[in-house]
Parts: sequence; C-alpha cells; structure tokens
Amino acid sequence: MTQLAPTIGPPLWLLAELTYRCPLHCVFCFNPVDFAKQEDELTTDDWIRVLRQGRELGAVQCGLSGGEPLVRDDLELIVAEAHRLGYYTNLLTSGVGLTEARAEALKAAGLDHVQLSFQDSTKEMNDFLSHTKTFALKSRVAGMIKSQGWPMVMNVVIHRLNIDHIDRIIAMAVEMGAEYLELANTQYYSWAFLNRDLLLPTHEQLRHAEEVTDAWRAKLGDKMRIFFVAPDYHEGKPKRCVNGWGSMFLTVAPDGTALPCHTAKMLPGLSFPSVKQHSLREIWFESEGFNRYRGTGWMKEPCVSCDQREVDLGGCRCQAYLLAQDPAAADPVCVKSPHHALVVEAVERAGTLAKKPVTEHPLVFRDPANSRRLSV
Amino acid sequence: MSDLTLESQPRVGPGFRLQWEPVQDCHVLLYPEGMVKLNGSAGEIMKRCDGERTVAAIVDDLEKTFAAQGLEPDVLAFVEMAAKQRWLAWS
Repeated sequence: MTQLAPTIGPPLWLLAELTYRCPLHCVFCFNPVDFAKQEDELTTDDWIRVLRQGRELGAVQCGLSGGEPLVRDDLELIVAEAHRLGYYTNLLTSGVGLTEARAEALKAAGLDHVQLSFQDSTKEMNDFLSHTKTFALKSRVAGMIKSQGWPMVMNVVIHRLNIDHIDRIIAMAVEMGAEYLELANTQYYSWAFLNRDLLLPTHEQLRHAEEVTDAWRAKLGDKMRIFFVAPDYHEGKPKRCVNGWGSMFLTVAPDGTALPCHTAKMLPGLSFPSVKQHSLREIWFESEGFNRYRGTGWMKEPCVSCDQREVDLGGCRCQAYLLAQDPAAADPVCVKSPHHALVVEAVERAGTLAKKPVTEHPLVFRDPANSRRLSV
Repeated sequence: MSDLTLESQPRVGPGFRLQWEPVQDCHVLLYPEGMVKLNGSAGEIMKRCDGERTVAAIVDDLEKTFAAQGLEPDVLAFVEMAAKQRWLAWS
C-alpha cells in the first residue's frame, strides 16, 4: 500500500517557554513582538501535567526557556519533576537571577545542563546589546555553572555589531571553561526582524568570522567544541527548520499555546491548540496546526518538484510568511525561490548601512513599552 | 585519561545520561540538547559501563549472556570510539 501520510514520530524535544518576562531587552530576541500583551502564564500544575504527557509520548529532551525562566520561582519544582520523569533537563538562561543558593537547589532538583547566553565578549558591548548591566554577573554565573559540575554550553548570538569580535568571544569562552560554544548567527524573526538592517552582517564579515573560528578549532582540538550556526540569508540554502514541522519539536508558549516552533504563532490562518484544553497527544497527532506543514504534501512550486525537498523540507514557514507573505511558499533564502531577490537586497543594504554610524538607524530594544507600541 | 586497556573501567561520560526508551525500543544516550539512539550491541556494552567493571569483565559478561565468543576486539573498538565522542570516560 502506498503511504500517503508521513509516519509521525514522537516529539523528542519539548521546549517549555515558562514566561515572556525577562530582565534583558535584547535587540535580536525571538519572543513575539507583542509579548507584552500575552501576560497569561501556565501554573506549576499545568506545567507538570504537560511534562508528564510529553514523556508518555516519548519526549526525552526538556528545554526550559523564556523570557528568563529564572524569574519563575517554581523553576526548581518544574526541574525536579522533569528530572524524575526521565527528561534530560536543559536550562536556557541569561544567568540573571541565578544565585549560589538557586544553583545548588537546581542541582539538587536534577538539572542536567545550563546553556548560558552572552551577547558579546566585552562588558560595553554586552551591556549595550542587552540594554542592561549584566556582563560581570554573567561571568560570575559561568563560575557557578562550573562549580556545580554542569557541562557548560555558552551561546552567543552573532550579528553585524559583534561579529568582528569573534576572536575575543571564543577566547572568553575558553577562559570561562565552556565545553561547547554556539556561535549562533541571528535568525531574523520577531525583534531581530525589526532590527534586521542593523544586525545582518556583510559577506566579508562572515567569511572572516568563519576563518577565525576554523583557526580556533584547529588550535583547541577536543578541548572545546565550537558550533558555527550558518546564517541562511547569506548561503542561499534553506535550513531544515526545526528538523521538519511537527517532526520532533513541540514548544509550549507561556500561556499554554502549543506550537511546532517558537515563532509559528505569527502564521495567519492557522490555529494552535492550548494545553489547557487538549492533551499533548491530541495536539501532536491530530491538531490542524501541527499537521498543516508536516512532510511535503503542502508544497507548491518550486519546492514540489525540487530534488532537495526531502532534505530541507522547503525551509522555514515563518520566514516564507515574513518575506513572501505566504507561509506555503519556498523559503525566500533559497536561490530557487521567486522571492530570493528580497534576501539578496537585504544583505546588500546591510553592506551599505554597515559603513554608516549606528546612531542613524536606532535599534529597537525588546521591552514592554516597545512591545505595546508595536502591537497596537 | 589513560590509554584504553582491558583493565580500564569505563563509565558514562560527564554530562551524558544513558537510559532505556520504551517508545523508541532502544537505549538512548542523552546530552545537552541532543540524543544518540544506540543499536542493540552498543546499548548492551554501554549499560555495563558502570565505572567499576573492567573491559575484560564486560567482554566476559557479554560472551556469557549472548553465548558468543571473540567479542573482545569489537568491544574495544566500540569503547575507543565512544570515548572519542565523550560518551565514555575512565581514569
């Protein structure tokens, strides 16, 4: 018999976005621009129910993120339950709010790993990009992570304003004893999309950053692994977004909306169920939101006849919507997309703007006031 | 970490966790933001790596459990490979 629908595997990765509240105001934040209107948060009991249902479906990785997850004072309870259920627990944090006492409590609760985000290697740039004074604190937090024996994954979001400091960024990660360093080129959604003209690096900057990264890799060997997450705008190749819509990632937003990725809520004409009304099993297997872009059946040209369709699955639906106003279009970063010129133009414009001072084009910081202003 | 010998006592590496997953019907190795699905023999070797048993004892146990012989080269090769991936470590 011909198989018409793809086999649906388990949601291996459960990302719990515990809150949109955050002490930082990063200009590349992937939280929705209208986060300030979404103040509703699931209770501790809701989260524990979600964790149990996820584990029954076969989820093994649990990411606890936000916003800043440490602003929830039930984080330790949630971690303890996740650990007891058999998840590998990952805390994705800016470090703001982590004290020695909380680090100890999280360790005792069974937290497996902390991913600490940095904005840059220098105090001035870190504080400027996150719009707060946090660099000294983050350095202290890195020390706490090491002393609790957690493997340390350091994450630095890369863009035009910090990409030329990449040598110093890698040196900092080595000094702080990171086992893994993720140099994640900015993905242009939400706040980063608003600030795209100021954040997109030039081709030359990228090439240089890759050379510097390769030199460090050769020097460090196995001591520290460096992941350089390539920027899709520059490569002409779409990414296999979240490894395929509804294939392994399940995100639960602070208010309980279940999403195939953390930005999918922006897509028009699609409703996503809430964990308050539905079980994760119903959501994962039966909801329209999770089934709409599963596999390749939704594709049109040029994707439908492309020999790469099973490899990249047409790229990212949110990016198709943001750039081509059509969530079923080929991801415009693809050279085969009829909208690819928009991406080329954006990178070229960035090259021109890069020669001018930043003050001419102010960055929009992610904060509640800007969020309310932009979501009217 | 010293070179691998039959007297080495491998254990699951720091930051990694080995567990049986009924939904996937296999052992998996979990690490920060990732997972490796282990095939049957890899799972059988890894679950015996408790930091106390020596490689020789693990080989012996596997040969008894599965009524097999001559597993030593395969086990050594796997443990060596797993150490490169940081899945296993010993002192």
